[in-house]
Amino acid sequence: MYTEKVMELFMNPKNAGRMEDPDGVGEVGNPRCGDIMKIYIKVKDERIVDISFETFGCASAIASSSMVTEMVKGLTLDEALAISNKDVVNALGGLPPQKIHCSLLAEEGIQAAIEDYRAKRKAGVEAKA
Amino acid sequence: MTERYVYMDHSATTAVDRSVLEAMLPYFSEEFGNPNSLHIWGRKARKAVNEAREKVAALVGADASEIIFTGGGSEADNLAIKGAAFARRDKGRHVITTAIEHHAVIDAFHWLEDQGFEVTVLPVDERAMVGISDLESAIRPDTILVSMMYANNEVGTFQPVAEAARICNDRGIIFHVDGVQAAGHIPFNVRDMGIDMLTMSAHKMYGPKGVGGLYIRKGVKIQPIVHGGGQERGLRSGTENTAGIVGFGAAADLASMRFTDGSIEEEVRLRDLLIDSVTSSIEDAYLTGHRTERLPFHASFCIGSLEGESMLLRLDAAGIGASSGSACTSGSLEPSYVLLAMGITHELAHGSLRFSLGKDTTREDIVYVAENLKKIVADLRALSPLWKNRG
Ligand SMILES: Cc1ncc(COP(=O)(O)O)c(C=O)c1O
Ligand code: FES
Repeated sequence: MYTEKVMELFMNPKNAGRMEDPDGVGEVGNPRCGDIMKIYIKVKDERIVDISFETFGCASAIASSSMVTEMVKGLTLDEALAISNKDVVNALGGLPPQKIHCSLLAEEGIQAAIEDYRAKRKAGVEAKA
Repeated sequence: MTERYVYMDHSATTAVDRSVLEAMLPYFSEEFGNPNSLHIWGRKARKAVNEAREKVAALVGADASEIIFTGGGSEADNLAIKGAAFARRDKGRHVITTAIEHHAVIDAFHWLEDQGFEVTVLPVDERAMVGISDLESAIRPDTILVSMMYANNEVGTFQPVAEAARICNDRGIIFHVDGVQAAGHIPFNVRDMGIDMLTMSAHKMYGPKGVGGLYIRKGVKIQPIVHGGGQERGLRSGTENTAGIVGFGAAADLASMRFTDGSIEEEVRLRDLLIDSVTSSIEDAYLTGHRTERLPFHASFCIGSLEGESMLLRLDAAGIGASSGSACTSGSLEPSYVLLAMGITHELAHGSLRFSLGKDTTREDIVYVAENLKKIVADLRALSPLWKNRG
């Protein structure tokens, strides 16, 4: 049912676990089946320099999380925002139709983490001013 | 990959036992006759079918004339429910079942609803047991049929079928029991218990798939679903699946033997060992269903902060076959209705796991499963944003 790539990342996920002192955190939930994905990022000069995830969900959600963290690491925030769930699915070599929605979490998780980072930065700048 | 394989999904299906297979083999090519033919080939097949009927009847304390063979448990459920409802629809249109039945029963009741019957669905408590007082208060003067499973496939709990039968018997209501998970695994007697109809399935007791049995107490009238050549007393037309039926008979024999040689008691010990290991060595792991009033081979859990499919796939990689009722494992992305009916939250239902032991399960298998599960849970919890002790 799952591709080799999905199984490989599910069995040995990359960038897994909580991050201490992240610059941005995105937490998104899956309305379809009730799953949760949390993405932590560290940002330097508008670039994602470190990233990790925590996911409560199926193998497809875990593999998508791992894949998306690998894909956006080192990208600028704008480049990262351009990554869609389709890109994640393609990189995984495909997902079963009923499991596509899990990859949406990955796209939304990155967006939420970047939004959180930008909101915090804005608040920080305003506080200093 | 893995050096060990442990199949713990016997609620889904069992391997055909060697003795069963050997009993079946001659009925494919050598004794291939149609049991309805008059010649020697037909008579031999007829004799084999009759002998199997005796064995299946003996398993549950019925008379051979009260057993109808079908193409599986689902068909027997449908025949019992639709057949009894249509045979008695002039007496009333109200039928009763429970919230935790197998789809073969629930969907048959939904269909009856479409046909103009009124359906009452009984709730269950947190251990998946129906309350007898709920049954009593649901019964109306126009109630014609009650269907209640003997034991639940997802959480193993026994229903109070003997008490429910008495209530139905007293009021002249037909009482059907889906005994697919229980038959062949615990000894019981349909006559003593007052069961009017009982569904059985061969593949859940080391027999072949696609063969079922329906006990219909003498005197209970039902309508057939499959019309045709009039086989099985006109209640299930179609040339008998001779080899399959012979296999069912052999499986019933095997089950009867296991009732007397201490096998069931050992199974209970292993089940309890697994339940105790999992609930004591894994934090936030709960048994689902009743602790003692449950199938001897059945251990089911909810593991907090985790999702079932991910646990199943990690178990599979360790050579362990189990199952889950989590939303992510269901095509509908809804968690199991059985767990929800028990009041288990969506979140906890996510982490549902079922291990069902078999006659060849060993103590080493139990230890292997418990140890691997513990490790898998720890690994996956390190990934879970819900797990409190993470990081
Ligand atoms: C309780 C129950 N009823 C009915 C069935 C259906 O039996 P079969 O698979 O023989 O159609 C099953 C099998 O999963 C079951 O567990
Ligand atoms: S996270 Fe629920 S189906 Fe993938």
